[in-house]
Amino acid sequence: MTVEIRVQTVKPVRNTFGHIARRFGDKPASRYQEATYDLQSEVNFHYKPLWDPDRDLYDRRRTAITMRDWYALRDPRQYYYGSYTMARARQQEAADRQMDFAEKRELLRSLPEATQRAIVFGLVPLRHYEWGANMNLCYIAAYGYGTAITQAAMMSTMDRLGMAQHLSRIGLLVDGNSGASLAEAKKFWMDHAAWQPLRREVERLFVTRDWFELLVAQALVADGLLYPLFYQRIETYLSRGQGPGLATVIDPLMRWYEETAKWVDAVIKPVIAENTHNRDYVMGWAEKWRGAFLSALTPLAEATMGPDGAVALKDVNAELGARLAKL
Amino acid sequence: MSTNQQPVFIALQANNDTLPIIEAIQSDNPLAVVHEYPAMVKIDAPGRLVIKRTSIEERIGRAFDLREIQINLISLSGELDETEDEITLQWRDIP
Repeated sequence: MTVEIRVQTVKPVRNTFGHIARRFGDKPASRYQEATYDLQSEVNFHYKPLWDPDRDLYDRRRTAITMRDWYALRDPRQYYYGSYTMARARQQEAADRQMDFAEKRELLRSLPEATQRAIVFGLVPLRHYEWGANMNLCYIAAYGYGTAITQAAMMSTMDRLGMAQHLSRIGLLVDGNSGASLAEAKKFWMDHAAWQPLRREVERLFVTRDWFELLVAQALVADGLLYPLFYQRIETYLSRGQGPGLATVIDPLMRWYEETAKWVDAVIKPVIAENTHNRDYVMGWAEKWRGAFLSALTPLAEATMGPDGAVALKDVNAELGARLAKL
Repeated sequence: MSTNQQPVFIALQANNDTLPIIEAIQSDNPLAVVHEYPAMVKIDAPGRLVIKRTSIEERIGRAFDLREIQINLISLSGELDETEDEITLQWRDIP
């Protein structure tokens, strides 16, 4: 007797959800596609928002930007909840190891007193900037349109809390877990003259109504100037002759910035390419906030780096200019 | 390059991780034929089949290590040439 084993193939009737199939054709879809496209509620808004009676609950008109398809603002990292949490968990593990290393070897505690003070003055107050960025991205997630941008913005809010926490941990490494550096850094943020212009700009962002302007101002311009200035230029300045101790604990921040910059550019590019009206708005906003943040960062660059500050800020501004030109 | 047109193949598990890999192989190898089986995808190509890291990275939006393919690899045939940038399967001419 012979037994013949044959493969019975059962073809699935459909490969993905109807709304995904209408966009991409009926073929197996990626998790990112399924968790992103056409999920934004678009109709049946029978409860009008009392706080904005001229518009719907979710409304395309909350920004001056116009798009035929808001899902063009896709995230090149393809983060949906699952892939986002897994990627961040991996990065957090690596960052924790770096912090452990720095703590065990007392990399920051062994720095000269003056450098430790400069870290508390120049870096730790940025935890309040990060909290501000968290607020701003919350606003984008709440009032933005299209799941592609709102879900990425929501994830970014959590990133910003993570960054704030990381900066706090740097403070704790310096003060030996007493928390004194955090209280002191808050005083700098609230009262020190060099920090007030930056604090003022962050608070001006809180009252910016157009959510896409807010995205340009916060994620493209403010971060584009501040991250390279503080975490590259000022870090290098403070570490002169001190070894790579500070760089070890700053590294996760810079890695996050590089990853996120790719997302920001990928979101702004299709908006600018859509029509000249969008291009004018985005470039106008970029220039307006670039000027505002440049003058806000000038006293800080000087207070942290002395005469080298102006040069560093000029370099950073040139880098942002090159990035804007490529958009 | 070899003139041998004997078929080579690679068989991968059919899941979410391999979707972009299969797409990348299809676009880099116009002569490749994709056969879908239950839980498996087998890709045949005459003579030569190449898997490029950059094509996969374009589709998944992150850095990809070609060794990650091993996780979902079922089988393959052909002489294997593996670098950081591409995996090539082909039958070399006998000298």
